[in-house]
Amino acid sequence: MIEALAPEGSAGVTGKPLLKVADLHGWYGESHVLHGVDLEVAAGEVVTLLGRNGAGKTTTLKAVMGILPKRRGSIVFDGRETISLPSRAIARAGIALCPEERAIFSSLSVEENLMLPPQVLPGGLSREQIFELFPNLAERLSSQGTKLSGGEQQMLAIARILRTGAKLLLLDEPTEGLAPVIVQHIGRTISRLKQEGFTIVLVEQNFRFAASVADRHYVVEQGRVVDMIHNDELDENIDKLHAYLGV
Amino acid sequence: MFELLGIPPQALFGQLLLGLINGSFYAILSLGLAIIFGLLNIINFTHGAQYMMGAFAAWMLLNYLGIPYWGALIVAPIVVGAVGIVLERLLISRLYHLDHLYGLLLTFGLALIATGVFRNFYGISGLPYGMPSQLSGGQNLGFMFMPNYRGWVIVASLVVCFATWFIIERTRLGAYLRAATENPTMVGAFGINVPRLITLTYGFGVGLAAFAGVLAAPIYNVNPNMGADLIIVVFAVVVIGGMGSILGSIVTGFGLGLIEGLTRVFYPEGSAVVIFVIMAIVLLVKPAGLFGRTV
Ligand SMILES: Nc1ncnc2c1ncn2[C@@H]1O[C@H](COP(=O)(O)OP(=O)(O)OP(=O)(O)O)[C@@H](O)[C@H]1O
Ligand SMILES: [Mg+2]
Repeated sequence: MIEALAPEGSAGVTGKPLLKVADLHGWYGESHVLHGVDLEVAAGEVVTLLGRNGAGKTTTLKAVMGILPKRRGSIVFDGRETISLPSRAIARAGIALCPEERAIFSSLSVEENLMLPPQVLPGGLSREQIFELFPNLAERLSSQGTKLSGGEQQMLAIARILRTGAKLLLLDEPTEGLAPVIVQHIGRTISRLKQEGFTIVLVEQNFRFAASVADRHYVVEQGRVVDMIHNDELDENIDKLHAYLGV
Repeated sequence: MFELLGIPPQALFGQLLLGLINGSFYAILSLGLAIIFGLLNIINFTHGAQYMMGAFAAWMLLNYLGIPYWGALIVAPIVVGAVGIVLERLLISRLYHLDHLYGLLLTFGLALIATGVFRNFYGISGLPYGMPSQLSGGQNLGFMFMPNYRGWVIVASLVVCFATWFIIERTRLGAYLRAATENPTMVGAFGINVPRLITLTYGFGVGLAAFAGVLAAPIYNVNPNMGADLIIVVFAVVVIGGMGSILGSIVTGFGLGLIEGLTRVFYPEGSAVVIFVIMAIVLLVKPAGLFGRTV
């Protein structure tokens, strides 16, 4: 089950994808929100999901993580169908989520928040490597998790899923509402993680940021993927993308 | 011989001791309720019956199997906790997606059934349970006479409460529990088996109640109604302390026991209602409870 995930320098899906989502449908209660999402992510790639508010980006990540209770279709990760697995089994297969609302636990210290997710696979980052990426956290270990600034909470939410050995990181709007200097820091971190061989699906509103870190972009509209754009073809497609995003 | 506000010191300290004993039971029982409510989101009305079952388990272990008090202190919580785990798996776990009220009705019904069954087989007059011989007698502390067993109850419940606090606030397992209390979905998405954590937590909370029951057996008669009488007060304690706070439950439990004891000295007529009067005031002034977080 544990394949060696060679970091891939080049963009685009060549060979077997690490994650393959096909005809994914999702519901909140009776309300049908995902209407057949298709996407593929190769090992070592950074791929973004772009789209307007309410397009279904967060819901897609939740479905992949297994925390959207009602979902149909196919999600194959690392050669294994996960559509009907509980989220804890999906986590143990090597997927980790950094949610939009960050979900830092207020009754846990920073240290406890950081150490909460158990190791699921070998090969996660060590504490030292994490503190090298996020030096601020090292100084705040005994603080209450939610006493951190917004930027620090975001770093903590990313940091805690790097220890676990997860191969695929789902990052939901990690730059939302943060100061430019922190956005840059998170951008550098994502590039670093790509070098380390992590595969990343990134949801972003900030499309300049997305362009600076990603290999490819999927455009999500009304619960479907309606387009895919390679990052190096972005300039030719910029008008089209603006139209999709309504900017 | 000096007197305090016209009260002889023996009477005062005697009532304070009694208050601490009652407070010990309030603390252990409200602690279990708080832990269960935090994670399972159900108000465990079976708690009093489970306390009663702990006392009966001690009696049965002694009379049917010859296992003495000290063994019962360990075995009874495990047995009653295991019964709790079966209940959680079989019945309670089916209600988590519904309103609190359903869990309350189910556990209330289960409490009535358990009490009824024991009443049917053992009657209501109560069964005697002897004190362990090591703890008979007492100490003369100068200002009062302290029966050894009562001292033991206070020490044992302090130790159990502190150990529980330590597990929840200072260990990795406790961090899972606190995190799952806040956001079970996210904890599951980290690969932790939340349903199993919930089951074990319920079993642990029930085990605490049974432990209190064993402690109580030599003091009170082992009686099918012993839990029903106590649990009403314990619910008031929980409301005063605030549902979800661990330290709050412990402090409030002992504190209210003492206040009750003092009331018995200075205004005996009020001792039966003082906790409920405090509850009413707290509900008016700070509805989330003294240590509760506002939700
Ligand atoms: N918990 C929920 N219950 C019901 N409907 C929901 C819920 N969460 C989201 N929705 C609806 O599902 C649709 C998709 O929402 P989703 O959160 O996936 O969008 P998004 O692309 O992430 O948007 P944003 O950019 O605002 O984060 C929206 O119409 C939204 O209103
Ligand atoms: Mg979103």
